Amino acid sequence: MLRASEARLRSAAEAFVIPVAALAAAMVLFGVFMALIGQNPLEVYRLIWRGGFSSGFAWQNTLSRAAPLILTALCVALPAQAGLMVIAGEGALVLGGLASAMVGYAMAGDAPLLVKLAMAVCGMLAGGLWVAFAGMLRQYRGVNETISSLLFTYIAIALFNHMVEGPLRDPASLNKPSTHPIGDASMLGRIPGLDVHWGLAFGVLFCIAMYVLVRHTTWGFALRIVGGNPRAAQLAGLPHSRLVVAACFLGGAAAGLAGMVEVAAVHGTANASLIAGYGYTGILVAFIARQNPIAIIPVAILLGGIASSGGMLQRRLDLPDATVQVLQGMAFLMILAGETMFGRFKIFQPRQAAA
Amino acid sequence: MSDIGLWGVPLAVLGGALRVSTPFLFVSLGETITERSGRINLGLEGILVMGAMSGYAVSYWTGNAWAGVLAAGVAGLALGLLHGLICNLPRVNDIAVGIGIMLFGTGLAFFLGKPFIQPKAPSLPSISFGDWSSLPQLQSALQVNPLFLIGIALAFFLAWAFRSTRWGLVVRMVGDNSDAARAMGYKLNVVRTLATAAGGFLSGIGGSFLSLYYPGSWSEGLSSGQGLMAVALVIFARWNPVNCFFAALLFGGAGSLGPALQSVGVTTGYYLFNAAPYLLTLGIMIATCSTRHALAGAPGELSINR
Repeated sequence: MLRASEARLRSAAEAFVIPVAALAAAMVLFGVFMALIGQNPLEVYRLIWRGGFSSGFAWQNTLSRAAPLILTALCVALPAQAGLMVIAGEGALVLGGLASAMVGYAMAGDAPLLVKLAMAVCGMLAGGLWVAFAGMLRQYRGVNETISSLLFTYIAIALFNHMVEGPLRDPASLNKPSTHPIGDASMLGRIPGLDVHWGLAFGVLFCIAMYVLVRHTTWGFALRIVGGNPRAAQLAGLPHSRLVVAACFLGGAAAGLAGMVEVAAVHGTANASLIAGYGYTGILVAFIARQNPIAIIPVAILLGGIASSGGMLQRRLDLPDATVQVLQGMAFLMILAGETMFGRFKIFQPRQAAA
Repeated sequence: MSDIGLWGVPLAVLGGALRVSTPFLFVSLGETITERSGRINLGLEGILVMGAMSGYAVSYWTGNAWAGVLAAGVAGLALGLLHGLICNLPRVNDIAVGIGIMLFGTGLAFFLGKPFIQPKAPSLPSISFGDWSSLPQLQSALQVNPLFLIGIALAFFLAWAFRSTRWGLVVRMVGDNSDAARAMGYKLNVVRTLATAAGGFLSGIGGSFLSLYYPGSWSEGLSSGQGLMAVALVIFARWNPVNCFFAALLFGGAGSLGPALQSVGVTTGYYLFNAAPYLLTLGIMIATCSTRHALAGAPGELSINR
């Protein structure tokens, strides 16, 4: 009993130390890159800290950005439990936002709580069905889910642009085509005391629920068997395909909820601002968190902070807005390269029963 | 301009197929080399954008568009090499690294390319094949870029090389049966890294076509997923370089359907018609893939066929 918990502690430490070391290496690499283009790396780090984490205002900004990242990271992490690499988060977010904006407009004037609930449900359904379709194609047609989900993203954005600039456009939105606003009454408020919108709470709750589902239920156990060894799952008579599709649905529902949050808490309408790359950054969050739903929360906050410091880097150092993207790309590659370090350090391995 | 009415649509699609297909062609040929060696590089979208940026920048500095093409290839080679080297590490997933290269390449290109959005760099020349016709639409449809012709030659060359050269056979063996290749003393990682770097080189050149010929300038919205679609296109072409050429024409035609319809006044559903290539790709994958067996012609070691 004692030995089992010690082994678990060691492997948890490994899952923490290696990604952190990889992130640190990426920061150093980024510093070298900054030095090469003639910037002072220490000043860049200082501004990232100041822009993301130094003040209450910075934290507000960081946490508001972390909310959609938590949810889009789940869109990667849940299918990953079943062994799928789905990256349809951006598309699911956009369609979830569109669906919830439509519902919010159609139900304007009803009881606000009812409207918000309907918006959340429809956003989750839209995102969930979209990603579940990629899972179905994989299970029933053998179509590689990574490629199909990326194609889905392009198709979702085309569909979104068509609807927002065509049939669903609010004629009053002149410069920036948008759907009809959902109205102030249907907007999500802020969490009392934190001054961050409720989307953050949705994300955290979703993560905890998914952690319990995946790690502490029979269903989650079956799902992880499917992900770890599909053949064993088949031999055990598990409903293989249904589990995969359900995991994709839940992931897509999380991303769809992110779209609903962006509409109902930030923009008040569906427009091109929804296509902000949260889906892609969510992939990075999920990989750093090693697909662990709880670990997603701090990682999303970290990356949300880095992303929100982008504006300060732009203003103070005159760096391009893609600076954060470069850092994220480096971090992603270092994290993936870090995968190879697992199992290499003796201290993280369970001790042999020699004594 | 003589009025040819709705005939303008198929003509514009034909012209578009000739004009837009070049990046598809180069990226899919590059990916064919990589996948034949048993790895998949999903990062070609990032490499394409990086190639477009560096090609444009070098063409602007040197005043020579062909120097830009070469620079784009070298930038692509570097990123392909990076993908190959990271994938050489044990237990690193090539598809995930591809996503990483895609994000890193696009980010780096946007970062370094900021100063080149405004200035005008020299473009690649075009060769006119339509002078015999009096129709200006046909003349403009038959303006062909030399890179397109190079791409056709390359497709046939690669088909020959895979069949009849030592290098081609080694790449195929490594991709089809790593045990056999190891038994014969070939270093799998070296062959695969070189194949990925070569794929990156070609994809970078494909990117330079975007910024140096059509649309012909560098901007952040330059690529619309051509690099990604090319990966799917390779599957459709069954890893055969000559098929890649025909598939690239098909995709180019599908991609120019939206602008062609817009030019004759069909503007509703513009975005939907622009999604035609993605839908086409998806449709083809749904129609040709199967859960029961790997695709005919697929390299045996490719992770995508698990």
